Amino acid sequence: MTIEEIKADIVDEFSMFDNWEDRYQYMIDLGKTLPLIAPEYKTDDHIIKGCQSKVWVHADMEDDKVAFTADSDAIITKGIIAILIRVFSNQHPTDIIEADTDFIDEIGLKEHLSPTRANGLVSMIKQLKMYAIAYQTQLN
Amino acid sequence: MKTVELLDVEKIRKDFPILKREVNGRPLVYLDNAATSQTPQQVINVIVDYYSNYNANIHRGVHSLSQEATDAYELARQKIQKHFNANKSHEIIFTSGTTHGINLIANGFSNRLKAGDEVIVSALEHHSNIVPWQMLCERSGANLKVIPMTQAGELDMEAYGKLLNTNTKLVFVNHISNALGTINPVAEIINMAHEVGAAVLVDGAQSVPHMNIDVQKLDADFYVCSAHKICGPTGIGMLYAKESWLLELPPYQGGGEMISEVTFEKTTYADLPHKFEAGTPNVCGGIAFGAAIDYMNAIGLEAISSYEQELLDYATQELNSLDGVVIYGPDKNKTSVISFNVENIHPYDVGTLLDKMGIAVRTGHHCAQPIMDFYQIPGTIRASFMFYNTKDEVDTFISGLKKAILMLS
Ligand SMILES: Cc1ncc(COP(=O)(O)O)c(C=O)c1O
Repeated sequence: MTIEEIKADIVDEFSMFDNWEDRYQYMIDLGKTLPLIAPEYKTDDHIIKGCQSKVWVHADMEDDKVAFTADSDAIITKGIIAILIRVFSNQHPTDIIEADTDFIDEIGLKEHLSPTRANGLVSMIKQLKMYAIAYQTQLN
Repeated sequence: MKTVELLDVEKIRKDFPILKREVNGRPLVYLDNAATSQTPQQVINVIVDYYSNYNANIHRGVHSLSQEATDAYELARQKIQKHFNANKSHEIIFTSGTTHGINLIANGFSNRLKAGDEVIVSALEHHSNIVPWQMLCERSGANLKVIPMTQAGELDMEAYGKLLNTNTKLVFVNHISNALGTINPVAEIINMAHEVGAAVLVDGAQSVPHMNIDVQKLDADFYVCSAHKICGPTGIGMLYAKESWLLELPPYQGGGEMISEVTFEKTTYADLPHKFEAGTPNVCGGIAFGAAIDYMNAIGLEAISSYEQELLDYATQELNSLDGVVIYGPDKNKTSVISFNVENIHPYDVGTLLDKMGIAVRTGHHCAQPIMDFYQIPGTIRASFMFYNTKDEVDTFISGLKKAILMLS
């Protein structure tokens, strides 16, 4: 699936919820099912320190596609990571570099991607893109 | 629980327009008072009146507005002097807040300290306030020593006694810990420091909103606080310093107001307090700070603190009845701050869900990383109460917390 298709799916899924409780419960459950980052990558080299929660990210490339794994110590942050990874992972580096995260507004989670939230997510998105840029240079 | 009416809280709540607000569709329950308190209409009116009627630069003009503004500003200084029982009004220096006051003193000691001298800070400090002392020690070659804390979240006074010696020049300690609410024995700390000839700076950011402070009785050399934690505006605070210190210490910043005569060869500094108040100050803020003190005194800090203790006891008892809740800090001798965690749940997650329910608490390390490291936790959830909070709000907080725990488990 393309990034745009995945985003549309996610927006669709969230449109089923008509209150914040269900939206957040869904996100918390997503957080619990996030495939964990391999323990050898859950190190300080891979950490993004938010003031509030920590995030770890790792990337690999296979068949010209970048695969991300990540983790966080906070479950809500982890839920959002699960959503972001679903969008960005297993895509071509160029598509990752060009993708935006506007769909997060549409599913009512905008506040979590605010730069002042200090949960590490904004830096994480930057990091995902940095990985994509690095892998793109390898492809060229 | 007692039902003695200590305060007419319903009436008091009407003074605070922000308390009528909704957040995320729910009535706001504001429990982040240790970070910033809310502002009553009486103080807001003073701010509006200042800008509507007599906004002017002070201490410089012969015209009426300047005179009125100067008088109001100096009157505020006198109110603050009286409130803290300082001996002289020029012992009150307006600052931009606690942080500014601390830096002013740390800077003033730069040339007074030499290699081998010692500065003592406590393990319970706001970590940003440890930085000015680290910088001072780097500049002067003095050594920084730390009073350790105990598991109960109190200062280890025996260890403090052992740290003090004739090389000790300055002790810095907060009156009340913002992270745990611990009331530190500052009178004793000051006494012990004076015995070895060291000066003491007390950070009163968290004590001033909850108790009467008598700087002379404490015999503090320096005492600092911020107006925004005592129902005043942000960006204004005060430094109390004994006159003898203010005469001795060099000015912090150069600029207008702080000079009496300037030639290119030499500048003579102005009299106190102006020596330490360079540039156009936060005139409105100073006046509003005075109004905030009037507001608190009209209710009475003793009634305020008894009521807050009742709220604290009630909230503590309710929290302790929940499974998996761990409260950090002392059981007794603390102000209305509860720092806690829920087993296996990250504080950030709890804070995020409570916000969805209109409940404002603080989560994280509360600028007290050393305390978090001591307990080996990433942070805590902190609920802090002021006299305008109610038992009903505690109930809303507890039921919100139960809901959050259910969602997160
Ligand atoms: C104990 C303590 N000291 C200092 C400060 C800093 O105050 P301000 O930011 O107003 O300078 C605070 C406020 O968070 C505090 O709680």
